[in-house]
Amino acid sequence: MQSKTAHFKENAKKALGDAQLQRVLDKFSTGFPVKRAQAAARLPEFEDLRDAARDIRAHVLDNLDVYLERFETKVIETGGMVHWARGGSDACSIIGDICKSVDAKTVTKSKSMIGEEIAINDYLEKNGVDPVETDLGEYIIQLRDEPPSHIIVPAVHLSKEQVAETFREKHTDLPADRVLDNPRILLDEARGKLREKFLSADVGLSGANMLVAETGSIALVTNEGNADLSVGLPRVHIVLASIEKVVPCMEDAWTLLRVLARSATGQDLSVYTSFVTGPKRSDDLDGPEEFHVVLLDNGRSSMLGSEFHDMLRCIKCGSCINHCPVYAKIGGHAYGWVYPGPMGSVLSPALLGDVSANDLPNASTLCGKCETVCPVRIPLPEMLRQWRNRQFEANQMPTRQRLGLRAWAWLARRPRTYRLVMEIGTGLLTKLAPRNGRFKNLPFAKGWTSKRDLPAPQGKTFMAQWKQRSNGGSS
Amino acid sequence: MKNSPEKPSVALYVTCLVDLTRPGVGFAAVKLLEDAGCVLSVPETQTCCGQPAYNAGDQGDARALALQVIENFSGYDYVVIPSGSCAAMIKDHYPKLFKDDPAMLKRSVDLAQRTWELTAFLRDVMQYSPQNVSCPGSATYHDSCSGLRELNIKDQPRDLLGAVDGLTIVEADLAETCCGFGGLFCVKYPDISSAMADRKIDDIVNTGADTLLGGDLGCLMNLAGRMSRRGEKLKVWHVAEVLAGMTEGTRPISGDKDAK
Repeated sequence: MQSKTAHFKENAKKALGDAQLQRVLDKFSTGFPVKRAQAAARLPEFEDLRDAARDIRAHVLDNLDVYLERFETKVIETGGMVHWARGGSDACSIIGDICKSVDAKTVTKSKSMIGEEIAINDYLEKNGVDPVETDLGEYIIQLRDEPPSHIIVPAVHLSKEQVAETFREKHTDLPADRVLDNPRILLDEARGKLREKFLSADVGLSGANMLVAETGSIALVTNEGNADLSVGLPRVHIVLASIEKVVPCMEDAWTLLRVLARSATGQDLSVYTSFVTGPKRSDDLDGPEEFHVVLLDNGRSSMLGSEFHDMLRCIKCGSCINHCPVYAKIGGHAYGWVYPGPMGSVLSPALLGDVSANDLPNASTLCGKCETVCPVRIPLPEMLRQWRNRQFEANQMPTRQRLGLRAWAWLARRPRTYRLVMEIGTGLLTKLAPRNGRFKNLPFAKGWTSKRDLPAPQGKTFMAQWKQRSNGGSS
Repeated sequence: MKNSPEKPSVALYVTCLVDLTRPGVGFAAVKLLEDAGCVLSVPETQTCCGQPAYNAGDQGDARALALQVIENFSGYDYVVIPSGSCAAMIKDHYPKLFKDDPAMLKRSVDLAQRTWELTAFLRDVMQYSPQNVSCPGSATYHDSCSGLRELNIKDQPRDLLGAVDGLTIVEADLAETCCGFGGLFCVKYPDISSAMADRKIDDIVNTGADTLLGGDLGCLMNLAGRMSRRGEKLKVWHVAEVLAGMTEGTRPISGDKDAK
């Protein structure tokens, strides 16, 4: 996916001015947090499970090489193949080659953020293969040629009216005057369309919520069952997953599943949880003849051992996004790449590997809500701060901000000079203050007064008044 | 400077914002701490705790300022701050700044353990409750992020406000949601920040309360500044001003009658 992270501020401004988006976001940002809180409250051991989930993920990262090799061995033992991809283009060519080897025309896809990361759909289209998204949200945004705006609810930015409009425009073989006024009807129409694709697809491409080293299985979690049809019906199943998705054993996978849906949507468990192990066996009634797993690094191994190591614990539940007050106002597209919200603001700069995403770690109030709801307890605010440290050290902060910050610190380190300057400054502001005590516009504080009034100082500084009081004078 | 447990020595850290823009909050804190029986000092060389530098990635300046605070505030039984954000900087983040320097780490942990946010100190350490203070009306309380999530401050201000005559507290649905201040965030991303403030203000107005209270001047100035720009009538005060009975005859942070 093409990164637009460099245009974060403009993207955000556009989102803030989009009344329809604001209505959808208002509804969204109160829905999931309530459901998550209820799900957590229903399960007395939820906080203990979060600890256990964190520990499992931390252990995996400390032994990633061991578990990945064990997973590879098991996949091969069960009749599958493992392909290692360093970057996105490597993964694309591996998948393209597999498709070519079976002369694939249609690929059904279940939702994969890694697929978005490497822009696999564009690659397949360029190579004459038709990729069909089968998750309802992904299907809608594919028709609209839009990127996802959330990692678990990709079309959350759209209203049902917009979806109806899109279906009417794209499903031209259906009567133009049909009724499309409720979600159920929309769902049924998409289902009808997708059924044809499921039956005709040559290859099924899925992501993986987890890779289980013990058995060589992959876990697929959906609410629509689309993953099962995507990968169970075609002749070839390709799994595209990033390397950190591995877990040691089935029991660990289940511990993680117990926190995954609760954190994501507030469900105890998603409607469909499937484990797929290898291709069709001789006594199986159905299933793919070929089973390929593409393991993608794409910058993750360079995060291991760095200050962003713990970010790789992420199980992509989206909870931090659902609870983020910044996301609640600007939505996912403003972030400009695959991963929005707090997790994206830590992950995107690492995976993109350049300064284009520099705004993201700064565009947070560090309010800390994300950390309180992360099922694997990633210290997200601390990691955002680590990016700021890196940017400051690399001298990437805008010059005016850097100078302002350093001037403030220079003064604050010299208490006597600081005192003098502050007395003069507050004295001036007090003199200049309008009668109602609010500045509407201060040329040197436009960042503040462009949107808010600035209360004028109450008078002399506290320290000056305190000194008078201590010296026996009245304050 | 050690005093008896009943009369502990307390150093007041007023914070930059209180010092420069709203000294009344500092005097309210002084009154509350003295009423609670503390022997109060105000170290004269105090400046900034270093949080802006720390959150902007300037670890060097943050460390230098932290060292200055550690030295300024040594020797007191307690250091009390009318801000959850600055208190959390000292309690949670100073030790991280010195994690590779055992001697300074020890000193920063010592300061962290003696440092308290004002309402938490009054209730939890001094078991203080305001007497004969009245503030007729209904107020809603904004839990500022650092105080709430880094220091677990939630019930303390509400319990203290419960002793104020005539005041009822109405809870807002988004009481725990960030107001969009975020230190330098509010001037770096004013569009997003003010949209976040608007979401909060809509929710606050919905409660029907006539007053907004909070424990952090940064959040309050952000919300008050935006409310004033929107022409909202709600009065905004720092919780210390109400608890100390110092609202009479003082202009609120916003919401005074003659504001235009």
